[in-house]
Amino acid sequence: MNNSTPIIRVRNLVKKFGDFVANDHLTFDVFSGEIFGFLGANGAGKTTAIRILCGLSKPTSGEISVAGFNIYNQTEQIKRSIGYMSQKFSLYEDLTIAENIRFYGGIYGLKRKEIKTQTAILLEKLGMNDYRDQLIRDLPLGWRQKLAFSVAIFHNPKIVFLDEPTSGVDPITRRQFWNLIYEAAHNGITVFVTTHYMDEAEYCDRISMMVDGQIVALDSPGKLIQTYNAANMNEVFLKLARSSLTEVKA
Amino acid sequence: MNRFRGFVRKEFHHIFRDKQTLLILFGMPIAQMLIFGFVISNEIRNVGIAVFDQSHDAVTQKITDKILSSGYFLLEYDIHSQNEIGQAFRGGKVKEVIIFAPEFARNLEKTGTANVQIIADASDANLANLITIYTTGIIQDYINKSNAQHSMPMQIVTEVRMLYNEQMKGVFLFVPGIMALILVLISAQMTSISIAREKEMGTMEVLLVSPLKPIQIIIGKVVPYVLLSFINAVTILLLGYFVFGVPVHGSVVLLLAECMLYILLALSLGILISSVTNNQLVAMMISAMALMLPVILLSGFIFPIENMPKILQWLCALMPPKYFITIIKNIMLKNTGLLYVWKETLILCGFTVLFILLSVKKFKIRLE
Repeated sequence: MNNSTPIIRVRNLVKKFGDFVANDHLTFDVFSGEIFGFLGANGAGKTTAIRILCGLSKPTSGEISVAGFNIYNQTEQIKRSIGYMSQKFSLYEDLTIAENIRFYGGIYGLKRKEIKTQTAILLEKLGMNDYRDQLIRDLPLGWRQKLAFSVAIFHNPKIVFLDEPTSGVDPITRRQFWNLIYEAAHNGITVFVTTHYMDEAEYCDRISMMVDGQIVALDSPGKLIQTYNAANMNEVFLKLARSSLTEVKA
Repeated sequence: MNRFRGFVRKEFHHIFRDKQTLLILFGMPIAQMLIFGFVISNEIRNVGIAVFDQSHDAVTQKITDKILSSGYFLLEYDIHSQNEIGQAFRGGKVKEVIIFAPEFARNLEKTGTANVQIIADASDANLANLITIYTTGIIQDYINKSNAQHSMPMQIVTEVRMLYNEQMKGVFLFVPGIMALILVLISAQMTSISIAREKEMGTMEVLLVSPLKPIQIIIGKVVPYVLLSFINAVTILLLGYFVFGVPVHGSVVLLLAECMLYILLALSLGILISSVTNNQLVAMMISAMALMLPVILLSGFIFPIENMPKILQWLCALMPPKYFITIIKNIMLKNTGLLYVWKETLILCGFTVLFILLSVKKFKIRLE
């Protein structure tokens, strides 16, 4: 891990919806090649922040760069450098596996030959070679999830943003899913992931804890557990949430 | 460009995989044509009537025969008393009763006037109106012809010619109307649903994060429907021509160009609808309610605009299909060129630009 170059740099990010402050002066760096966890209860402002970083939403104020590009006027370059997978499922159900991969490869400007060879490698790796012409609709949820992630990093982006990718998935599939994330990080892709599963937090290199639109803690899971004198991340979270006097469900 | 082609290919996959939509897409125009062409018509044929002949003479017999041999009417009952009139109507089969006064022929001979009463079942006002006009027409014709032998001193004979539609075929009016309806439905409804679906499924976000430009996404969504709608327009014209004998007197190129313009208008309307909603169902409801009823009721398709109250006439002026129907009727039936429909064409262009501008303004490039 190269700790010296921040690939995402956020200074005083503020996002307001009317009077409601969804992101209150967020400041953090994400370094190249790390798995960065963005934690918090539902409604803490995680999704708002990730949408801003992906260019789906404009910040009210703040200085932000993603992959070295300014978020205000270099969105085109940013789009080419990132992958994105949302909590809503993002493959087309009425297309086959191969067609989905081809489509997403295509919109990221990959050449047809490239797509062909890459698809073969990917399906081989996922063990889905015999199912390439199956409609997504007919696949089990765990498969879809893995495919969706593989498609999100198919064009080999510098950063991949995952917005609660494992919500509604069983623990075994989640575990398998995290193996894919590790592999991607190992190949040099920076992973920015939001989640509200505290056990998942422990898989991250570093995590930032959000409560009510503010970052209340940012460190490696081990250090956070130490600092807050807790047995696991769940306890850390509960302590932090309580200390800011809010009623949140873990 | 490659990106764009991939996107359009994906859209076609969506359309062709969804058999139900496909059926609606291509089945609806044909079904509508046949329904409107064969079933709904303003022409009358074999309407049940009853005759209460109190005179029973040669003249009333001749008039009755003339009425029955016209093909418009069918004799259900001969009525013999006043009481039976009400019964005949209540039976439901009889829509009109013709009553000849007693001593009909003699009165006609002696005084030059004789009374015939026509009672119609006005629970269906339009039909009642039509059949009484037909009946009086036939009786008038009889009188005129018999008078010709006597050579009256003064006589005005009106000769009516129905220009552009000599046989008064209802289908001549329905073909342009159905085109206006089908094209707006397919183009606007299908695009609005397909964009709303992407939003609902969450795939729109992924598209917006990708290097695809929003304008490419929109155009990619629209291209397949331009093609399909165009095929539909041609299908309707061919059906009209070969099955119902609706001619195309004017320039086919101009006709198709105007269809294209109207399709673009409908598509931009569809995009506008989808920019207001994130939900397929809502998109469908809006396009059904906002498009279907006005097109049917306020475009002059079925009800003549000239007979509407002023306020409704103004409302009609805001309905793009109205202008399309005018254009199509002019080109198809009257062989007029662009010179005569440029105003309507310009209005359609104006609507299209307006809808595009509005939707560009509303289309949330950055989803909030």
